[in-house]
Amino acid sequence: MTGAISAVLFLDQRGKPVLMRDFRGDVPLAKVADRFIAKVNELEEAGAAAPVILDGKLSFLYVQYSNLYVLAVTQTNVNAAATLVFLHKLIEIFKHYFQELEEESLRDNFVIAYELLDEVMDHGYVQFTEAKILSEFIKTDAHKLAVAARPPMAVTNAVSWRQEGLFYKKNEVFLDVVESVNLLVNSNGSVVRSEVVGALKMRAYLSGMPECKCGVNDKVLFEAQGRTGRQKAVDLEDIKFHQCVRLASFERDRTISFIPPDGAFDLMTYRLSQNIKPLIWVECIVEKHSRSRTEYLVKARSQFKERSTATSVEILLPLPPDAISPTVRTSQGTATYAPEKDALVWKIKNFPGGREFLLRCKFGLPSVAAEEEAQGRLPPIKVKFEIPYYSVSGIQIRYLKVIERSGYQALPWVRYLTQAGSYEIRMHN
Amino acid sequence: MADGKYFSTTKKGEIHELKVELGALDKSKKKDAVKKVIAAMTVGKDVSPLFPDVINQMQTDDMELKKLVYLYLINYAKTQPDLAIMAVNTFVKDSQDPNPLIRALAVRTMGCIRVDKITEYLCDPLHRCLKDEDPYVRKTAAVCVAKLYDINAELVEDRGFLDMLKDLIGDANPMVVANAVAALSEIQELSGKPVLELTQATVAKLLRALNECTEWGQVFILDSVVNYTPADARDAEGVIERVLPRLQHANSAVVLSAIKVIIKNMQYLQDEGTVLQLQRKLAPPLVTLLGAEPELQYVALRNIALVIQAQPGVLANDVKVFFVKYNDPSYVKMEKLGIMMRLVNERNIDQVLLEFKEYATEVDVDFVRKAVRAIGYCAVSIQSAAERCINVLLELIQTKVNYVVQESIIVIKDIFRRYPNRYESIIGTLCDSLESLDEPEAKASMIWIIGEYAERIDNADELLEQFLESFPEETAQVQLQLMTATVKLFLKKPVEKPQQLIQLVLTYATQETDNPDLRDRAYIYWRLLSTDPEAAKDVVLAEKPTISATSDALDPSLLRELLGELGSLASVYHKPAASFVSKLRLAVQRAEDLAAAAARGSASGDSEALTSAVVAESPLAASAGATPTAPAAAAPAPVPDLLGDLLDLDVPAPAPAAAAAAAAAAATELPVVFGEDKGKGVVVRASLVQAPAGGYDYELSVSNVSAGVPLDGFMIQFNKNSLGLAPASQAVQLDPVLPGATGSARVPMTHAAHLQAPEQGNVLQVAIKCNQLGVLYMNDTIPQHLMAPPAQQQPLDFF
Repeated sequence: MTGAISAVLFLDQRGKPVLMRDFRGDVPLAKVADRFIAKVNELEEAGAAAPVILDGKLSFLYVQYSNLYVLAVTQTNVNAAATLVFLHKLIEIFKHYFQELEEESLRDNFVIAYELLDEVMDHGYVQFTEAKILSEFIKTDAHKLAVAARPPMAVTNAVSWRQEGLFYKKNEVFLDVVESVNLLVNSNGSVVRSEVVGALKMRAYLSGMPECKCGVNDKVLFEAQGRTGRQKAVDLEDIKFHQCVRLASFERDRTISFIPPDGAFDLMTYRLSQNIKPLIWVECIVEKHSRSRTEYLVKARSQFKERSTATSVEILLPLPPDAISPTVRTSQGTATYAPEKDALVWKIKNFPGGREFLLRCKFGLPSVAAEEEAQGRLPPIKVKFEIPYYSVSGIQIRYLKVIERSGYQALPWVRYLTQAGSYEIRMHN
Repeated sequence: MADGKYFSTTKKGEIHELKVELGALDKSKKKDAVKKVIAAMTVGKDVSPLFPDVINQMQTDDMELKKLVYLYLINYAKTQPDLAIMAVNTFVKDSQDPNPLIRALAVRTMGCIRVDKITEYLCDPLHRCLKDEDPYVRKTAAVCVAKLYDINAELVEDRGFLDMLKDLIGDANPMVVANAVAALSEIQELSGKPVLELTQATVAKLLRALNECTEWGQVFILDSVVNYTPADARDAEGVIERVLPRLQHANSAVVLSAIKVIIKNMQYLQDEGTVLQLQRKLAPPLVTLLGAEPELQYVALRNIALVIQAQPGVLANDVKVFFVKYNDPSYVKMEKLGIMMRLVNERNIDQVLLEFKEYATEVDVDFVRKAVRAIGYCAVSIQSAAERCINVLLELIQTKVNYVVQESIIVIKDIFRRYPNRYESIIGTLCDSLESLDEPEAKASMIWIIGEYAERIDNADELLEQFLESFPEETAQVQLQLMTATVKLFLKKPVEKPQQLIQLVLTYATQETDNPDLRDRAYIYWRLLSTDPEAAKDVVLAEKPTISATSDALDPSLLRELLGELGSLASVYHKPAASFVSKLRLAVQRAEDLAAAAARGSASGDSEALTSAVVAESPLAASAGATPTAPAAAAPAPVPDLLGDLLDLDVPAPAPAAAAAAAAAAATELPVVFGEDKGKGVVVRASLVQAPAGGYDYELSVSNVSAGVPLDGFMIQFNKNSLGLAPASQAVQLDPVLPGATGSARVPMTHAAHLQAPEQGNVLQVAIKCNQLGVLYMNDTIPQHLMAPPAQQQPLDFF
C-alpha cells in the first residue's frame, strides 16, 4: 500500500474553500470542493455519512471542526488512519497558533497557515506535527526573530519533541493521574459495561535534556520481579505511551523511561475493564399517575469510601420533550429544568462517600399525544463527577526520577483524580 | 496581525492596483501587496497576470515573503512556463544558501513546479541536496526525487537519483530513512520496477530505524515492511518481535500499521502456541482504538471487521466493548452493530439480544432498522436462541412504532423460512399490525406469510382481499407476492371466495399490467391451474429449501489482500485498491511484487519456504495449489466452444479464415493454465514455444467462456523465472474476445537479466490482465525441451 494526500482543504459549512493547499497537482482543486460538499449532502440525506468517502476515483477524508470541514483528498490507496490522525493533529497545531481554529481565525492567519501546511506535509507525505517545535522556526508576527530562523535540531532528531537549551530556575514536574470511568447500566439495573480509562498527564518544567524514569505498581512488572502479594498491583489491560517513551525498553523490562517534551502532555494512557462497583449509582423510578401526570423518584448513592468526596456532581435526568412545568424537590443540591436539553440538571457540589440523596420531580404531559411519536425512548441518565485524591483502579506512582547532566534536583508533584467519562444509565420505558 | 483585511478588496481595477503596489519601493508595502495577491488566489481569483511582478520579489532575505512568492509560483508556474524560468536562478542560488531552511525550501518548491524546462535545472541542486550535511535538507531532497520521477522518470534514472535515494535507506538519520522509504515506495508503484527491494538486511535496517523515527516515519516504514515476505518462521518471529512494542504507541495509525505487519507475519509462524499468544496481544490495542476520535473509530471498526473475519479468536470475548454509546455518531453505531452481529454466539446471545432490543427503541431510524435486522440474524443463525429472539420481536411489534413493526415482519418472514412450522402461533399477533404496513418489502413479507400459512389463518381470504383492493397501485414486488399468495390460498382452500380472488388477480395481471414478469407469471399460473391443479399444488406448494443466515463475508482472496492493507482506504471501503486506484499502475506492481516475493522465498534455498511463501502471498497460490507441475495436467480441458470458434472466424479481417481456424485448433492443443474452475468465466491456454526467428514466444489463447462481456486490453507480465524471460511488450496483440469466442496471440519474449532466477526451475508464473476481469494469476511450466537452450547459464544438475 502506498499513497499520498493530493491536497488539504479547509471549507466552510457551505463548502466554500477558506484555504487550500495542493500538494501533488493531480486533482482539479477548483472542482473538488463542490464535489465534496455535494457528496456529503447526498450521503447525509441517505443517512450514510461517514468520515471517509469514495466518489468515483476520488477519496475524501474529513473531520468537522467548529465551523469548518478539514478535508484531505486523494486518488491513491492512502493510509486512512494516518490521514485522519494527521487532520486532527493539524487542527491541534492551528489551535496552538491561533488559539481557536475557525473560519475567521484561519482567514486572519492565512500566511502562517500556508507556512505551516508547507512544513507539516511534503508531496502528500506527513512530515512533522509537533506544534511546539514548529513554533521554534515558524513565528507569528507578534514575536518574529531578527535573525533568520534555522531548522531546529529537533525536526530531524531522534528526540523530535523537545527543543534544546531549555532553562528553568525551578525544575518541577507535575504528574496528574486522571482516571475516567465509563459505565453503561441497563434499564433493568445490570451493569452492561464498565471500564476505566486512565491517563498520566504530565507537565514538565525541566531544564536541559532530562532523562526521566517513572514507576507504577504494574502487575506484570511485579510478577516478573517476583513481588507478589505484598503490594497491591494493577493489571493494566492496554497501555499507550507518548512517543517520547522508549517502547523497546518497556517491552523488554516494563520500565518507563523517556526524555519529556516541554510543558503538558499525556505520558501514558491505559485501560482496565475489570468490573468495578459503579461509584455513583442512580436509580430512577417513574410513576405514571395518569395519562398527563408523571412523577420521577430518583435516588443517587455514592459507593466509594467515606473519606473521599465527589465534587461537581451533575446528574442529567432526561424528560420527555413535551413535559409541562416540572416541579422538583431535592434532599441535597439544586435541580433545574433545562428545556434546551429536555432534561433536569441536578447539581450537587459535595457528595461524600457512602451517602444517598433523593430527588422528586413531578411534571405533566399533554393529554393528547401525537400518535406517531408515541415511541421515543428517553435518552440515558448521564452523570458527571470528580473525586479528587482518589484512583479507582488503585494505580500508584511509585517513583518519578529525573536525571540531567547538570545534576539539578527536580521536584515531582503527583495528584490523583477520578472522574466520570461516558457514564450512562438507561431509563425504564 | 489580522491578515483577514487582505481579503477585503473587491474593486474592479484590483489587478492593476496590485501591480502598482508590487512595484513600490517600500518593502513593507510590497510585502503587503504580495499578501493581497495570495489572499486573492486563496479565494479563487485569477491573479496570474501578475506573474512577473510577483516573481520579482523572489530575491529577498525575508523568509515569510519568500515563502509567499514560492506559493504563488507553485500555483501559477504551469500557466506561465516561459516566465517561470525567471525563477530558476534564485532557486539555484537558494539551494546553496548557508541556512538549511532556505536550501530545503528551494528544493521542495522546485520539485512542485511541474514545468519541463525547470526540471532540467533542478537536477544539480537536487544532486547537491541529496548529499547535504543537514538531515533536514536531505529528507526534503529525498521526497523531491519522487516529485521529479512523477514529472520525468527518465531523467531521474539517467542522473542516478534512484541509486542515491536507495543509499539514503542507510542514512544515519531516521527521518531521512523514512522519507526515502516513502519516496521509493511511490516510485515502485509508479514504475512497477522493484526499486525498494526488501531483503532481510534492508528490513532489519528499517526496523532498527523504527525506534528513532517520528510517528509518521514509523507509519511509512511499517507500511512498507508489510510487503516483506519473511524467509521462514524464525525470520517472521524476528520481525514481529521488533514491531510488537509499536502496539503501545499513542498514535492510532502506528498501532494499526503495526497490527498489519504482525498479522501478515503470523501466517508464517508454525508454533500454534505463539500464534495464540499473539492473538491475545492483538485484542487490547484493537479495543483501545475505540477510544480515539470518532473518525478513527470508524476506520478502526472497518478494520476490526476484517481482522475478526480472518481470526475469529481475536475478539471473541470482547463483544461488550462494541456496545453502542448513546452519543456515538451514526456511522460508528452502524459499524459497531455489524461487528456485534459477527461476534454473537450461544454464550453471549442473551446479553447481545438485550442490547439489540435497547437499540431498536432509539430514535435514529436507520439504526433501529438495522438493530431489528440484527435480531432476525441472531434468530436465523443461532437455533437455540430463535425463540428468545422471536419474543423480543413480538415485544417490539407491541410498541406499534411503524418502522419497527415493518422491519420486524420482514425478519420474521426469514425466521419462518428458517424454521418452518414452528412459530406459526404468532401469526395472529402479526395480523394485528396489518394496517400499519406501507413499505413494499414489509407488505410483501406479510403477504408471503399469509399465503404460506393460508390454511391456518381463518380469515386469510379477507386479509388478502384487503390487500388486493390496491393491487394495481402496488409495486411489482408486492404484486408478485400477492399473486402467488392468492394462488396458494386457492390451492389450499379451493372454495368460492378464493376462486373469485384468483380470477380477479389473474385477469388484471394478464390483461392490464405492463409488467412482463407479472404477466408471464400470471399466464403460467393460469395454465397450470387450468390443466392440472394437482401439478400446480406440487409446484406452488413444494417444500422450500431452508435458508441460512446471510452473511456479508468477504471473498477469502479479497480478505487476504485487505489484511495486508489494514489502515488504508481499501480496508475502509472493503474493496480492492485496484477498484478505485488507476488500474494499470497497480496491476503492474502486483506482478512485480509477486516476482520479488517468490524470488526472495526461493533465495533462501529452502523449497519448503518457497511453497509456503507463495501460498500465503499470492492469490495465485490459493487457486493453483502451488504444486509447480500440477496445473497443466490437473485442469480438464473444457469442451471446445464451437459457436465461439465460428464467431471468431470473422474477427481478424486480413487473416484468412483458415489461418484463424488453425490458430483456434492449435489453441485447443495448448495446455490449460487457467481453467474454468477458477470461476472467472474464462479459460486460458498457453505455452512457451521456440520462436521461428530464434528466441522464445509465449503462445496463448483466451476463451471467453462465460464472462458475459467482450474482453479487451490484455496485458501480460512474467514472474522471475529460470530463463530470465519477460514479454517484449506488456500489451498483448489480441483483438477483443467476444463472449463465447476464443482469441489467440503470440507474445515475443526478451531476456531480462533482473528476472533471471535459476532456482525457479521449470515454474513459470504468469499474470494476465484485461480490463474486465482484472489480473489473473496462473502457473505454467517451461516445457522440458526448452529448458536447456544454447545461451543457458543455469546448471543442469538442477533436474
